[in-house]
Amino acid sequence: MKHTRLIMGMPVTLILPNGNTELINEAFEYFRYVDETYSPFKPGSEVSKINAGLPESRWLLEMRSILALCEQTKHETNGYFDAWRGGKLDPSGLVKGWAIHNVALWLGEVGQEDFYVEAGGDIEVSGTNANKKPWRIGIRNPFNRDEIVKVVELAKGGIATSGTAVRGQHIYNPHQLEMPLTDVVSLTVIGPDIYEADRFATAAFAMGKAGVEWIESLPGLEGYMVSSDRTATVTTGFGGYEVAGR
Amino acid sequence: MKKFLLSCFVIGCFVVYSVHQRHEGAAVVVLPPAANKPQAPSSTNSTSTASSPTAQPNSPYKDGQYTGEATDAYYGYIQVQATIQNGKLTDVQFLQYPSDRSTSVYINSQAMPYLKQEAIQAQSANVDGVSGATDTSQAFIGSLRSALQKASNS
Repeated sequence: MKHTRLIMGMPVTLILPNGNTELINEAFEYFRYVDETYSPFKPGSEVSKINAGLPESRWLLEMRSILALCEQTKHETNGYFDAWRGGKLDPSGLVKGWAIHNVALWLGEVGQEDFYVEAGGDIEVSGTNANKKPWRIGIRNPFNRDEIVKVVELAKGGIATSGTAVRGQHIYNPHQLEMPLTDVVSLTVIGPDIYEADRFATAAFAMGKAGVEWIESLPGLEGYMVSSDRTATVTTGFGGYEVAGR
Repeated sequence: MKKFLLSCFVIGCFVVYSVHQRHEGAAVVVLPPAANKPQAPSSTNSTSTASSPTAQPNSPYKDGQYTGEATDAYYGYIQVQATIQNGKLTDVQFLQYPSDRSTSVYINSQAMPYLKQEAIQAQSANVDGVSGATDTSQAFIGSLRSALQKASNS
């Protein structure tokens, strides 16, 4: 049974093949809590309070641990991921994957083996779907959002896609601010969980064409990069997830 | 003879590799045919699986697919399959590749400067879910809508 709500300005979808709606509603509640607490767009959120000058001594403990994760990610991505822009905090790029993974961890703790948790195209799965098969995930065609260009099977792990699907929006390389990224259209990363997949997809996308090679060099991560010339570049282990045939 | 052909193939691999080193980024490399290049594996190589070989004038390569020996790269085994078309090397596939990347990340990232490329193609949509870039324009509209809602309530 598939349940979708609009939270954090994006569709959040949960599937529990055993149909436990109580757990699904609790999970939606958690996403709402994360949105209220960490959205930089909500004036009452902890992030907005920090940006309005809340002294560090009054920052939430959980906020501090998220900021520590942001720092760690900044270090691990050679500065390509940065939650601070022009003195303002925006940890959204990390919080989304973190929240999805927290829900997945919690579902595991309460005894769920089979589940699908998605927020805005970033997905973590475990076990099997309603047909007792590994979860089948499509990768959206960045040139036509009604189409998928690849199907992968996941029994446990996360899959995240970074891209420039939105007209008028540019993601900039923090090391070359004057140069908007035009050659890479989208980059999908498969990882051991959505937290890892999401943060590395975000950073690798900012690296441009070198991003997929960087993913190749990282253990446990695979990548699928679509360029503006409509070709895809894939890491060596990506084929292991691919579903053969059409 | 086998040893000779194998060493020819290894040298050929190094030539491919050195040419790749000059190419920046992920790219499918096409080697220009040149008479003074070390000999590429021929269909007489015991490890090759040549299909419909056709000799091209001015090319030392015969068309077909050629599987190299699994070669110890000291951090793991590498085995490639090369495809020759019209006398040119058109594709190199890795059949084997060191899987324990955690211990040899740096070396591998230096040694593999290119990755497989393919044209994107629409697939049947029989899936449980779809991964795609967050439609932030949708998020923007949603955010704007809630802001306008608040604005109309106050």
